[in-house]
Amino acid sequence: MTIMAAREIHDGDIVFCGTGIPMLAAMAAKNINAPGSIMFFETGALDSKLEEIPMSIADSRVMYKTSSNLGIMEAFCTMQNRITGDHVVAILGAAQIDKFGNLNSTSLGDYFHPSVRMPGSGGACDAASFVPRLIIFIDNERRRFKKKVDYLTSPGYLDGPDGRRKAGLPDGGPAAVVTNMGVMKFSDTTKELYLANYYPGITPQKILDNMEFSVDVSQATEAVPPSEAELKILRERCDPLRLIL
Amino acid sequence: MLNESKVMDLKDAVKKFVPNGSHICLGGMTIGRNPMAAVYEAIRLGIKDLHIYVHSNGQGLDELIGCNCISKLEVAYGGTGRAAPTCIRFRRAVQNGEIKYEDYTNFQMSLRFLAGAMGVPFLPTRSGLGTDIIGKWGFSGEFRKSDPKIPDEKLIVTDNPFKGWGCPKVVLLPAINPDVALIHVQKADKFGTCRITGALYADIEQTKASKAVIVTCEELVDTEEMRGKPNQNQIPSIHVSAVVHMPYGAYPTACYGYYDYDPFYLKEYAKSAKDEKLYKEYVEKYIYGVRSHEEFLKLIGAERLQTIKADPEKGYAVNLDRR
Repeated sequence: MTIMAAREIHDGDIVFCGTGIPMLAAMAAKNINAPGSIMFFETGALDSKLEEIPMSIADSRVMYKTSSNLGIMEAFCTMQNRITGDHVVAILGAAQIDKFGNLNSTSLGDYFHPSVRMPGSGGACDAASFVPRLIIFIDNERRRFKKKVDYLTSPGYLDGPDGRRKAGLPDGGPAAVVTNMGVMKFSDTTKELYLANYYPGITPQKILDNMEFSVDVSQATEAVPPSEAELKILRERCDPLRLIL
Repeated sequence: MLNESKVMDLKDAVKKFVPNGSHICLGGMTIGRNPMAAVYEAIRLGIKDLHIYVHSNGQGLDELIGCNCISKLEVAYGGTGRAAPTCIRFRRAVQNGEIKYEDYTNFQMSLRFLAGAMGVPFLPTRSGLGTDIIGKWGFSGEFRKSDPKIPDEKLIVTDNPFKGWGCPKVVLLPAINPDVALIHVQKADKFGTCRITGALYADIEQTKASKAVIVTCEELVDTEEMRGKPNQNQIPSIHVSAVVHMPYGAYPTACYGYYDYDPFYLKEYAKSAKDEKLYKEYVEKYIYGVRSHEEFLKLIGAERLQTIKADPEKGYAVNLDRR
C-alpha cells in the first residue's frame, strides 16, 4: 500500500505529509523512485533528511538537517503560495471518504453528540483546500467508503465537477485513493472515483463488496506488485523498527 | 517593569497568571515541546473552567482535559501521533458531552493567533470553504453571545472585495487574544528574551497575541549571550510575564536538541487513560502525588531521562526504542 502511494510521487514534488503511513510513503518515494522530491511538514520543517521515521509531524526527527525549521504559518504559506504551491503534493489518511473524495477525520455520528470523536482536521482540510494533487490513504471497508461522510472535514470535489469552484476553492483536489486492496482515481468529467488497479489476489468485485457505494470498475487492471528492491528499502531503510508498517 | 527580572517560581507564576476561567493557549504541538511542567502545576493547583485555544495539541491538552481543568476548547487537532492518534481523555470528554468544543483547521488557528498578535480583528483564508468546518458551529449562538471574550461568529464567509484575483470568496477568522500563553523554550534570559531551536510551531504568534505569557526554559542564560546574537531570538522580552528555569519542562514530550519524547511514558499514559481505575491511579501517582516537576522527574528516574537524551547533532535520541 505504501509502495503504491510512493509511486504516485515524482521528482520535483514538494510532498506535504500527515502522520503515519503518509509520512512513510513520502519517505519511501524519496528513497526509491523520486529522490528529487522533498518533504515538508506543517510544523514548519522543510526538506527533512529523515534518518529515522517520525512518530508524529511534530517529532524532532523531522527537524534534522532541513533547509529551514520555521513555523506552521510558513508551512501553509509554502503550500498556498502561487509559485511553490503548484509543486505541492499532499498525502493524507482519513476515516471516511465519499465518491467525490471528500474526507472525514473529525467524528462519527452526530457532530454535536458523536459516537466516536477523532483528532480533527489538523492540517488536512488546509491541504485538501489547496494542493493541486492529493493522495489519500484509506482501508477499503464498507464503514469507510460512505455514500455520505458523517462530517466533511477535508474537501475533495465536494458535489461534482463544479463543486470546488462554486464553493470558492482553488482548482486542484484528490488525484488518487490508495487502499489495502487497490488504487482508485477520479474521472476527469464527473470527478467521481473509479477503480484503476486491484492488487494481485484481489478482485474488483471484492473491492465493490467492501464499499457503501459502487464505482466504475471497467477500466481496472491488476497492479504491478512491489518489487523486492522497493520492499527492501521500505522495510530496512525507512521503517526497520516496524513502527508504522 | 521592563527592566526587572521576571524569574519566578512556577507555582507562583501559574497562581498569578492563570485564574479559574482564564482563556489560555498552549505552545508546542502534539508530542513536541508542550509546556508540561506548567500544565501539571495548573492541575495540582486545581485550576478550573479554562477556555483553551490550540492548533494541534497533544499531551498537554489531554492531561488538562483529563483532570477536568477545561470546560471549553477551540481546536484543530487533538492527537499525539503513534501513542494516541486521538487524544484519549479529549475523545472521552467530547463523546460524553463533558466539554464544549469548536473545530478549526491548523492554518485557521494559526491565522487567528497571528491576527491577535497583529492587533487586527480577523485574517482571511480560503481554507475550509465548502466543508463542515465552515458549516457546523460547535458553540451555540447563545453561548457565543453570553461570553464577551469570544466573537458572536465562529467565522464569516464573505465576498473577496478585490476582483480579478480568481478568488470570489474568503473565510474571515476572528482574532484570538488569550489571557495567558504557556510555552516551553530551549533558552531564555531573566527578562524574557527567548530562543527556540527546531520547529517553532505557532509559539511566536501565540506569545504575541496573549496578555500574559509564562515561559519555562531548559536553560536560563546570561542576557549578554542572548543579546550577542539577536537574530536567533524569536521572542522579544516585552511579551513575557514570567520566566521559570525548568529543565525537562516539556517532559514527557520532546524538546528539540535536549531530549526526545518518552515513548514508554506515553504508552503507559495511553494504557492508563483508557481505563477509569488505572487513570485515577496514574493521576494520583504522577501528578497529585508529587509536589513539583522536580519531584516528578525524580519519580521517573535519572536512568529513564538518560535514555531519551538528545544527540546534540541530530536533536533527538538516536535509535530510541519507540516500539
